[in-house]
Amino acid sequence: MSRLYTQDHEWIDVDGDTATVGITDYAQGQLGDVVFVDLPEAGRAVSKGGEAAVVESVKAASDVYAPVSGTVVESNPALAEDPGLVNSAPEGDGWFFRLTLSDAAELDGLMDKAAYDAFIASL
Amino acid sequence: MRPGRELLPGLHMADDADLKPLPLDGLHRRLGARMVPFAGYAMPIQYEGIIAEHNWTRESAGLFDVSHMGQILLPPGDDAALEGLVCGDITGLKPGVLRYSLLLNGEGGVLDDLMITRRADDLYLVVNGAVKAADMAVMRAAGLGVDYREDWALMALQGPRAVDVLDRLLPGVAALRFMRAAGFAWAGHDLWVSRSGYTGEDGYEISVPAAAAEALAEALLAQPEVKPIGLGARDSLRLEAGLPLYGHDLDPATTPVEADLAFAISKRRKAEGGFPGAARILDQLFNGAARKRVGLAIEGRLPAREGATVWAAGRQVGIVTSGGFAPSLQAPIAMAYVETPLAGDGTALEIDVRGKRIAARVVPMPFRQKNYVREGQQG
Repeated sequence: MSRLYTQDHEWIDVDGDTATVGITDYAQGQLGDVVFVDLPEAGRAVSKGGEAAVVESVKAASDVYAPVSGTVVESNPALAEDPGLVNSAPEGDGWFFRLTLSDAAELDGLMDKAAYDAFIASL
Repeated sequence: MRPGRELLPGLHMADDADLKPLPLDGLHRRLGARMVPFAGYAMPIQYEGIIAEHNWTRESAGLFDVSHMGQILLPPGDDAALEGLVCGDITGLKPGVLRYSLLLNGEGGVLDDLMITRRADDLYLVVNGAVKAADMAVMRAAGLGVDYREDWALMALQGPRAVDVLDRLLPGVAALRFMRAAGFAWAGHDLWVSRSGYTGEDGYEISVPAAAAEALAEALLAQPEVKPIGLGARDSLRLEAGLPLYGHDLDPATTPVEADLAFAISKRRKAEGGFPGAARILDQLFNGAARKRVGLAIEGRLPAREGATVWAAGRQVGIVTSGGFAPSLQAPIAMAYVETPLAGDGTALEIDVRGKRIAARVVPMPFRQKNYVREGQQG
């Protein structure tokens, strides 16, 4: 299982035909204090690059995009109780949702960690 | 993730090159602030984080740079002419007293909200940064002798410990009461200090020559009670205090009565009229206006932001003009304009947030009790 990244600062862990999605530590630092996460319901179809969730910080509502197309299996129930997990553990317990991939070939265009680190260093 | 469908009020994208630096720009950057465009300037939105800064201000003392606001002097004899533009009693204003007032257009719409203080030799005005040029054009057109003091910085020290801190540096400021002001000397510089602010907390606003601003800010930040606070927390603090933000909760299409700011129409002016839009405003005052600014408490944790529509019985009845998560209340709150029959405390309403209907209830403002030290009060 390897972690891949998008230019919109989502991460995706792929395990077979399912994947877990969240936002990166860089993204949470840009957002500041997260107070609510509007997550997709199980069964919702999302498409690569399309809106999948909304993360509300004190200052702004920001869209979170699906790194790949698929069907949402589950959203992180812990974020309802403690949205601050997105700040404290963005790439761990603060994950957003899991989905089943509809087209594994869409993963090809995503960045690995080295490429993503170089990308944010260039911002 | 792409940030910012609804950015902080007043935060608009602009080329950094177009932004003017304010006197404390270098200090903000040394303190690690995230700088953003605001009212045409580069301003600090946050240092360590909005919630931490918000809470620090409520518990101790926060230092805000508000140098983007316009500081204007008028000759003392312009008081009667100024009354032709605002709804406050200015000729009756006593020396060292601040008055919150509203600059109006001919239809009674609010062009700006502002503070007016009578001093020994002039009238001292503080207006909003985003509209200061337009304000001054209106004043000049009315024949007022506008002296724009771009060479002064303005900072606010807010919170329950502000009085102890500032009295240490400027002995005697503790004796000022809410909405009172006086001159003080510091390190050879003349300061103008008002006991006022935009957070709902006790505190001061300090006008200082730009050349001395950084040294004064450093001296304040050297006090253990003080931390720098950005615009993000300034917005959440004023929202909890129920204080409107110009350009969002107030605009030229909104009257003082609709905005629930009728207290700013001084008694004598109500009797005499003679301010712009007086006929319409006085009619609304006595017969009611069709809509009114209210506070909304929101169920759950999903914030409703500016532009969200307000509904009752399947019909749109209003719109949110400011909203967000209230750190001191640990809940979302909003200000909205709603039809007056639905503006009573306790009225159940719904807000549409991205197609979801969330439950809200009209509540009195401020959302959180203010902690001012008023005339006649000890402390």
